Formats: sequence, C-alpha cells, structure tokens
Amino acid sequence: MRKHADAIFEFVSLGALLVALAALAALVFDIVSDGAGRFSVQFLTNIASRNAEQAGVYHALMGSIWVIALTGALALPIGVAAAIYLEEYGSRSRTARFIELNISNLAAVPSIIYGLLGLGLFVRLMGMGQSVMAGAATLALLALPVVIMSTREALRTVPSSIREGSYALGATKWQTIWNQVLPMALPGVLTGLILALSRAIGETAPLITIGALTYIPFAPDGVWSKFTVLPIQVFNWVSRPQPEFKANAAAGILVLMVLLLSMNAIAIVVRDRQQGRGRI
Amino acid sequence: MNATPPVPASLAGIASRPGQPANALEAPVKIDVNALNFYYGPKRALDGISIQIRSNLVTAFIGPSGCGKSTFLRTLNRMNDIIPMTRVEGKVLIDGESIYGAGVDVVQLRRKVGMVFQKSNPFPKSIFENVAYGLRINGLVKSKAEMADRVEESLRQAAIWDEAKDRLHDSALALSGGQQQRLCIARALAIRPEILLMDEPASALDPIATQRIEELIYELKKLYTIVIVTHNMQQAARVSDFTAFFWLGRIIEFDRTDRIFAAPAEKLTEDYVTGRCG
Repeated sequence: MRKHADAIFEFVSLGALLVALAALAALVFDIVSDGAGRFSVQFLTNIASRNAEQAGVYHALMGSIWVIALTGALALPIGVAAAIYLEEYGSRSRTARFIELNISNLAAVPSIIYGLLGLGLFVRLMGMGQSVMAGAATLALLALPVVIMSTREALRTVPSSIREGSYALGATKWQTIWNQVLPMALPGVLTGLILALSRAIGETAPLITIGALTYIPFAPDGVWSKFTVLPIQVFNWVSRPQPEFKANAAAGILVLMVLLLSMNAIAIVVRDRQQGRGRI
Repeated sequence: MNATPPVPASLAGIASRPGQPANALEAPVKIDVNALNFYYGPKRALDGISIQIRSNLVTAFIGPSGCGKSTFLRTLNRMNDIIPMTRVEGKVLIDGESIYGAGVDVVQLRRKVGMVFQKSNPFPKSIFENVAYGLRINGLVKSKAEMADRVEESLRQAAIWDEAKDRLHDSALALSGGQQQRLCIARALAIRPEILLMDEPASALDPIATQRIEELIYELKKLYTIVIVTHNMQQAARVSDFTAFFWLGRIIEFDRTDRIFAAPAEKLTEDYVTGRCG
C-alpha cells in the first residue's frame, strides 16, 4: 500500500512538472513561430515605423541596454554597501533586524508601486523628467532588495577563518572587508545582481508609470535622454490591430528573451566559477 | 591550584637541554595575566586565570577539549573581541602595559601579537600576496624591492622558502596542508610580531609535517615569545619550556615542562598527562 502511494506521488509530481514545461514550451513555440519570420539583423538595426515590414527594435533595444546598465551601476554600489552594513556592522542590532525584515517585504512589493514612487520622487520632485536616469533609478529601487539579500548571502559564505586571519595580521575591519571578504563574495554578489537585472529588464509597468514613451524617434544619447524599452515597444505593437505588428511583437519578445537568457547564462557561469573556487 | 609560576629548586633539567637559555626563570616576563575571567554571554569560560609567560621561551597550554585553553590564547591578542556577547574581566599586561585598558589600539596589539590558527587559513591569493598582505595593510614597506625582501625573509624564517620560491605567484591553495600552515606562520612573522600565538598549529597535519612545524618552533623561539595550545602531550613535552594544564576554565598547574610531565604537583595533572582522565 505504501509502495503504491509512493508510486502515485512520483507520478503526480512528474505530471505537474510536465504541465509546467509543456506550457513553457507551447509559449516559446508560439512566439518563435509568430516571430521567427521577422527576426533578422534589420529588425535589430531598424527603428520603429508605421510600416510593420520596416519597423525594428533598435531604439527600444538601445533604451533597454542604457536603462539596465545604469540600473546596475546604481543598484550594485548601494546594494553592496547596504548589505555590508547589515551583515558586517549592524547585524545584531534591533534596528538592523527591523530593516532586514522590511527588505524582504520590499522584494514582494508590486513593481507598479515602484513606478508610482519613481514618478513622484525622481520624475517630479527631483526633476529628472522622463529620462533614462529616472527609469534606471526606479528600476534600481526595484532591484535593490534582491541585490542586498543576495550580497548578504554571499558575505555569509566567506569563512570566518579568513576574517580571523586578516584581523590577526593587524587589519582593520574595513581592510578585512575590502581586501578579503568582498573579493571572495564577489561571484555571489554578481550572480544576485544579474538575476535582479534580468527581472528589471522585463519590467513594463513602472516605466510606463514614470512616462517612458511608446514611440521615440531616437536612441538615447545620454542619461538625461528620453527613452523607450523593449517591453514597452512590444506592448505598443501588441495593442495595434494589424496582424503584421503582432509578428513584430513576437520578434521583439524573442529579442528580449535572448537578452534575458544570455544574462542568466552569465549568472550561471559566474556562480559556477564561485563554486569551483570553493572546492579547491 | 598553582596559579603563579613556582621557583624550582633546581634548574638542572632546563640547562641540560640544547639551545636553552642558561636560566629560563631569569627570562623577563613578557605577558603577565592576573585574575582573568572570560564570559560567553552568561557562561563563564575562564575562571581566575593568572600566569606569567616569559620572553623567548615556548609556553604550552594543555588540557581536554573545551577547557578554555584556546579561549585564553585568543584573549592575548583580543581575537575574542570579534565574537559578539563576550566579556573579559581582569588584567592582561604585555610588556607591562594593559591590553584591555582604555584607548588601546587593537590593531597595534595584533601587530605585536601574531597568531597561527588550528586550521591553516591562507587567503585565496598567491603565496607572495599572502605574506605581503600584512606588510601592505600596515604600511610597513616603502618599495617593491623592500616588499620582496621582507616576503623572502619571512618565508625563509618559516622554512618554506625552498618549496615556494619557484611558485611565489601561484595560488597558496595549491600548497599541501603542512606547507599552507608554514605559509600562515610566514605570514604572521612578516609583520615582525614579538609574540606568536599558535592554536594547535599541527593538529591537522601528518607526522612529518608536524615534525617540521615543531623544528620550526624550536628555531623561532630565539626571536619570538611563543605560546602554543596543543592536544598532543608529546608535542608539549618536545617543544615547550613551560606548560600550563587547563581544566574546566582554570589553570590547575603551571610549571616547567619537565616537571609537569615527570613530577606534577597536582593529582589531576598527573591523571591527565598519564592518560587516566580527559
């Protein structure tokens, strides 16, 4: 009887897994069959156009790259510094525990809330306008909880023997963190950062909320430039009635997916290097 | 209880050992500990420790696991400071100055009191960088040439230069366990401490690597005051001049090593060194 239950449970689990995989496969198949025909070098280098055949994602792709690069540049130093404070300096205090709890909560806040915050704070109050900077700052807020949590995790894996070895040589706390702890934690930090950025790159709602435009006739030329991003371009195409634009949307999703998968691949490579180092 | 070093009637045993200062008891006191208590949270781990550790000799701490000998060793360079919820009472004087007094610079203290750990803990960097690290962070060298000289000098002192000289820029993690431990000794010596604390430095090593460490300790005591924690009583007998026997957070007996092993004053010490307890 118990053996039967075991077999049934295994079967049900396998079924659940197959359903999830099948849904994903159907999705990918659908996107590829719709979009593959439009996917070409021209699609990457052409700009948005009223003519579906000539429309491309160049401006949106460049916008996404600008925004994500700047998001990373903002989220990495702030996230790492915050994690160092929580893990190395304040981890025992009541305040730090309270902050820690709220960081986990922040990670679960819907992204549109960040969009509203970004609109109020960066676009209006700080007068950044609908710029790459405002978009990146908003997405950086979104990415911060994940960066902070994964950095703390990475700092925790550095063995105490390394810290003690450094202190025993007359190193100060900061010298120990900067010279020994951070370099050892770096692969874990970067993995967390890339995963956070690959979530941010697919975000549409917060950027629409802060007023990123759906049609932009130029690629960003600086952090104060107006911009659009891939998900917004896709959103724009999907909402048009003509079927040719639907194909464009599918091809745009393909571009986004390739970008995402390559970012995740980098994260995996970086993480494997870290594990390799741990084995020595 | 025999908390202060006794003055033995005869020094014949010490004087007969080669390389020994003619009169060990005339060596100046380097570390003077008086009524030291140590707490992990509410739990008292050290209870009224008093001991005088003499310059340029090897002092060994023996005792069963959990008796406080490692904890005590770590109070001598304030390594326990980094463990939260710990507390120290009592006095520790090094060269007559309190190391727990107000305004003591812990970083300066640790430069003077080096430490080698039970498990070798080289940094995941090159052999050269491991030794150079302490010099660099303390700003002890002015030029690249001086750095190279100091690194070589330290590796030679720790008897690992011959094995390391052709691979200075290879990862320290590629060294064997015994080599890693000697590298850690070299790293500690590089900043020219006056005292070297060794927390079971050979417990994870094979007999040959252990013998090399012991020979090294014998050489190093000409230049440094050495305090070594060991589980291995033969090792304590071989390398040390004085031995303190710890039991449940107290020093039961502290005397010349030959007396501790040949004619201990306390029954508990005798039971322990003969293997009847602990």
